[in-house]
Amino acid sequence: MADLKIVDARGLSCPQPVLEASDLMDSLGSGRIEVLTDCGASPENVGRAAKAKGWRLVSSAEESGAVRLVLEKP
Amino acid sequence: MRNLFSARSGILAAGGIIGLVAALLQYAGNPANMGICVACFVRDIAGALGLHQAGVVQYLRPEIPGFVLGSLVAALATGEFRARAGSAPATRFFLGMCAMAGALVFLGCPWRALLRLAGGDGNALFGIAGLIVGVFVGTRFFKAGYSLGRSQTQTWSAGVMVALAALALLGARVLLSPDPAVPTLGWLFASLKGPGAARAPLMISLGAGLLIGVLAQRSRFCTMGALRDLILFRQLHLFSGILAFLLVAFAANLVLGQFKPGFEGQPVAHTNALWNFLGMAASGLAFALAGGCPGRQLILAGEGDGDSAMFAVGMLVSAGLAHTMGWASSPAGLGPNGAAATFVALGFCLLVGFVNLKKA
Repeated sequence: MADLKIVDARGLSCPQPVLEASDLMDSLGSGRIEVLTDCGASPENVGRAAKAKGWRLVSSAEESGAVRLVLEKP
Repeated sequence: MRNLFSARSGILAAGGIIGLVAALLQYAGNPANMGICVACFVRDIAGALGLHQAGVVQYLRPEIPGFVLGSLVAALATGEFRARAGSAPATRFFLGMCAMAGALVFLGCPWRALLRLAGGDGNALFGIAGLIVGVFVGTRFFKAGYSLGRSQTQTWSAGVMVALAALALLGARVLLSPDPAVPTLGWLFASLKGPGAARAPLMISLGAGLLIGVLAQRSRFCTMGALRDLILFRQLHLFSGILAFLLVAFAANLVLGQFKPGFEGQPVAHTNALWNFLGMAASGLAFALAGGCPGRQLILAGEGDGDSAMFAVGMLVSAGLAHTMGWASSPAGLGPNGAAATFVALGFCLLVGFVNLKKA
């Protein structure tokens, strides 16, 4: 399995989690990434940005005050 | 929990309802084209508390504490309340000051800019153009790596300070604010004429504030975010919310006889296009760098964000200074020191942008 790239955006407010996740999606082109965020609006914003780039939201799980989003593009 | 307001229909509904409530608040007694204005209402609160002595803009507006408490309730109910702070709080305080200085040169926050347009005030177009330019410059900083750093989780008590202040303000409104209808101790200031004397009944204002607080918290409604996301990500989500806000307020104004198109003689507005533009450009940049328009900052403060709380306190202090130091405009035009305040605000915001670039 290829390296899992993680964006740790905990403590950052919008738009930074989306910008960091978007930058990573753009640089990889495809694959699987995780985004950790604890900003209330970010999971929705990251999900929308991913969808616009053709990435799929595989899962979204809450863990210790943050949300872990898994995004994938084959 | 799935957030129903995160869907397109949710943000459209939230924006539309907030626009409708704003138009109805004007009908119920709030100033013309000012059903809701976070900048103006914080300025009125500063006046009520005696932080400035501009006699026509003093009233403890219940809508503002309503926004904060509505947001707190919504955040608690959905598990989104989270006390956090520590992302350059002092910088955010001064960004809040700059935002208010620019908004009082234009005479309104972005919500009011849209409400002014919805009421037929053509001068608002220059303010909105300034807002777009200010937010655009802000997005360039974000593109270049701008960040005020990470916040940290705080104890819950740190997250409810602004909500406590909101409760105190509501108590003060009921017990201390002079009220022609009900006897009170009357220790605060309240305008007898001018926009400060134009007010919807207490319970209507408070109910509207709470409703908007809930809707804005759930939907993330934000005028600055709408422009930012459109410019940065080509995302129309939040923008569709402010479009709904504008169109519903416009339609309601038509029905209620509150639409009066023109440039001259518009309520609580001046016709100086350049300073309408520059004032809002300074504000727009400050909002972008701080991550939210004034309304959004209050909503974030309500859900536990201590950094947004600092922005809000900065707005309050700046509102007091704007009237004591001649930064604020009036319907007669620019204040004596409005130009200087705008340039200082712009300069400070640019400085904040450049010194907080994290990557080459």
